[in-house]
Amino acid sequence: MTHNRPLSPHLQVYRLPLTGIISITHRMTGVLLALGLVLFVCAVSAIAAGPASYAAMQDLLGMLPVQIIYWGFVYALIFHLCHGVRHLIWDAGASFNRDTMDRYALYELAVSVVLTVSIFFLL
Amino acid sequence: MQYRSPLARTRGLGSAKTGTAHWWLQRVTAAALIPLTLWLLLLMELSFHAPYQQTVQWLASPWNSVCIIAWIIAAFYHAAIGLQVVIKDYVSSEGLKIVSVWMVKLLFLFLGLAAVTAIFRIILVG
Repeated sequence: MTHNRPLSPHLQVYRLPLTGIISITHRMTGVLLALGLVLFVCAVSAIAAGPASYAAMQDLLGMLPVQIIYWGFVYALIFHLCHGVRHLIWDAGASFNRDTMDRYALYELAVSVVLTVSIFFLL
Repeated sequence: MQYRSPLARTRGLGSAKTGTAHWWLQRVTAAALIPLTLWLLLLMELSFHAPYQQTVQWLASPWNSVCIIAWIIAAFYHAAIGLQVVIKDYVSSEGLKIVSVWMVKLLFLFLGLAAVTAIFRIILVG
């Protein structure tokens, strides 16, 4: 079916509010993390294949660019988790107030940074 | 009461009556993944720094193997239905949409099985 009807202005004509930016970031990190699962399968397969491949994997993981990518993934994961918690709260029907929306968005970003830094130093 | 014609359902148009089940399971797996993420992070930390024997023994302890396998099932299912939602939002061609959703589902089923198999192989060593 082809549509030739006029369309109302879409996303690109609006300046997205913070919640909107976080929302699309949530989706992008979700897709990214799904791709990361492929790397997880590679990692557990390398452990399962024995000490030699485990050592080869650790050589790879020891490289700085790989570590930067890994910590990017950890931040994406924690961000996705934090915003996911907010989605669960929204799903319960709570926290839709306009005046607190931005404040909670900032809390969420702060918590995701604090958690990622804590994981970096504690684990 | 059946309002839709069999042809409409065959073409996969509209509700297949499982929409809320997916939506609900997306939330259930999300909630389960909150604590289980800790096991992923611990396993990754070991993979980065621990000797082979330590990682294998850690994975072979019952608590850790159960939590990692639970994480794998929840995470791969969560990812597959999440990607399904993304595909359905952005792919407008009906044929391509159905094919890519099934490809993603089969791929993540396969990857999930590969991950669980690897964990069992590690447990057998440890």
